[in-house]
Amino acid sequence: MLNLMTITKLPIANWMDHFVDWLTQFTGFFNGLTNFIGGIINAFQWVFDLIPIWLFIVIIAGVTYLANRDTKKWGLIIFEVLGLLLIWNLDFWRDMTQTLTLVLTSSLISLVIGVPLGIWMAKSDIVQAIFKPILDFMQTMPAFVYLIPAVAFFGIGMVPGVFASVIFAMPPTVRMTNLGIRQVPTELIEASDSYGSTEWQKLIKVQLPLAKSTLMAGVNQSMMLALSMVVIASMIGAMGLGTRVYFAVGRNDAGGGFAAGLAIVILAIIIDRLTQALNRQRKH
Amino acid sequence: MTIKLQVKNLTKIFGKRVPRAKELLKQGKSKAAILKETGATIGVDRANFEVESGEIFVIMGLSGSGKSTLVRMINRLIEPTEGSVLIDGEDLMQIDKKALREVRRKKMSMVFQNFGLFPNRTILENTAYGLEIQGIDKATREQKTNEALDLVGLNGYGDQYPTQLSGGMQQRVGLARALANDAEILLMDEAFSALDPLNRSDMQDQLLDLQETMHKTIIFISHDLNEALKIGDHIMIMKDGEIVQTGTPEDILTRPADEYVEKFIENVDRSKVYTAGNVMIRPTTVNIEKDGPRLALKRMRENEVSNAYVVNSKRELVGIIDARDVLELVRKESRDLQSIVNTEVPTTDEETPIADILDDISQTGIPFAVLNDKQQLRGIIIRGAVLGALAGNEVNHFA
Repeated sequence: MLNLMTITKLPIANWMDHFVDWLTQFTGFFNGLTNFIGGIINAFQWVFDLIPIWLFIVIIAGVTYLANRDTKKWGLIIFEVLGLLLIWNLDFWRDMTQTLTLVLTSSLISLVIGVPLGIWMAKSDIVQAIFKPILDFMQTMPAFVYLIPAVAFFGIGMVPGVFASVIFAMPPTVRMTNLGIRQVPTELIEASDSYGSTEWQKLIKVQLPLAKSTLMAGVNQSMMLALSMVVIASMIGAMGLGTRVYFAVGRNDAGGGFAAGLAIVILAIIIDRLTQALNRQRKH
Repeated sequence: MTIKLQVKNLTKIFGKRVPRAKELLKQGKSKAAILKETGATIGVDRANFEVESGEIFVIMGLSGSGKSTLVRMINRLIEPTEGSVLIDGEDLMQIDKKALREVRRKKMSMVFQNFGLFPNRTILENTAYGLEIQGIDKATREQKTNEALDLVGLNGYGDQYPTQLSGGMQQRVGLARALANDAEILLMDEAFSALDPLNRSDMQDQLLDLQETMHKTIIFISHDLNEALKIGDHIMIMKDGEIVQTGTPEDILTRPADEYVEKFIENVDRSKVYTAGNVMIRPTTVNIEKDGPRLALKRMRENEVSNAYVVNSKRELVGIIDARDVLELVRKESRDLQSIVNTEVPTTDEETPIADILDDISQTGIPFAVLNDKQQLRGIIIRGAVLGALAGNEVNHFA
């Protein structure tokens, strides 16, 4: 048998380095992108900084109440209020809003890129065959790996954190959009076609409305994945609850780490239940 | 009758290596051989037929016979491998996407087996779908939609969602959606097959009622021969992608093309299919305004019957006379046929199914007179012809 150790080592690492080096020459493009993503981040952060904490808590509770009007989930509302008060009490409020900003920005970008990509995949088997392995790759490649080129392209701070989160968190949105559209019963597609719909009318009037709940499940998953990136992103300077956890690790501070971790859990549960409730809201 | 739709050589081959399969098909190879050599399946094999304007044309066959593929090629939901579909002489295969959309919007509407209603839209919005995508304004849309829902008897259900309605009602919505578009051609793919028998029968009746006034050209796909015989003006029977026989219900019943069709019609209740018009024979008649007893007697003798039907010059039925009474008149040298006419003749019209009058036929001694809507005598029904028809023999109308 051929001993693979005796042949020359393939220079994969080299290739990738060259590729990244080559990409970094497009400074103008990446600067523009940095400014754009930075703009979104600042806008979210500005709003969160503007809203008084008590009002924020009232808004979250109010939205939950409205979204669950039929079921009246008082337990969830009580949890949200107590959880947010705890975060306030632990003095994590600004960190929490920074983390929320990171999650919302990543999810927004995932949505804007992921939904059209998912639609494209649903319309063409070839596109699907091309992107499926890419999506698998994006999701299974250890998230740390994205940090390195992210810093090369965007420097340090929130923007590379968002970049890495988007790559890691986008696949579920793409997949579920694709799946949701493909799951629309053939007969409904035929009905739409047989009455002379254009592709666009079919998409807007039939496919997307019927794929909505599957699509929203994908968005929910993307948000959860983005949240799971906050600690990793903190390593390249994305501020927030992740930074608290990261620092606690450095200082061997079990208590501090747990407190910050708990705040992430509370935030995760609130985001998860709220998006699910918004998804359920208009079903018949 | 004008030809509305003409299908020529329409072929669909599924799978890979279609060109090779096409070639083999032309060489007359069997489907099994083509499947074995190329892996391609013949969905529909060179279908040719014509549909007249305003008729219900039923395409009948069991599952896998290619009937659903065939109907989907008519509006190009399935792109044919070869052949042409002509609507009013225009070949649908030659037009581009945009023109095809126009044809689908204006000329053809489709009704689906499982209704094909959009669950996220109300009944009103579902019915209006075809109009909505044409960009018709909301007021016109609602008016036309409500008219269509009225036609199918679903007035007042507009704000409900499809899942809130029973199967029969859902399919009425499907029908209303097709009618709202006011297309000339309706493609109905197993439209009533998902309904329970009672509902199905109701829907068939309703379709026939609607058709009386609308005169749409309807292509109706069915796997149920009784349904085909009940609603079809013409029936086309398919098997394994090929057309086995095309004809009127009567043709199919009396002259089955092969054993396959024969087996199909074995269990048909013919009394529901045959109408009085199908089994009537030519009567011996006497014109009361012109003919005398001697002529009447001569005709009865010639036709070997013991009574004759009396009509006036407009061929309206007056009554029936018995040979013995006529003989009596001749003996008395009287010409007064009027005095011996029996006016108590059972009558029916041509459209009445035999099943409806079977009891009466077996009970009365006098054959039924078949009248048209002007009360003119068209024919009579004798027991022998009825029994013959039910047994599957062809009726010789002019015996």
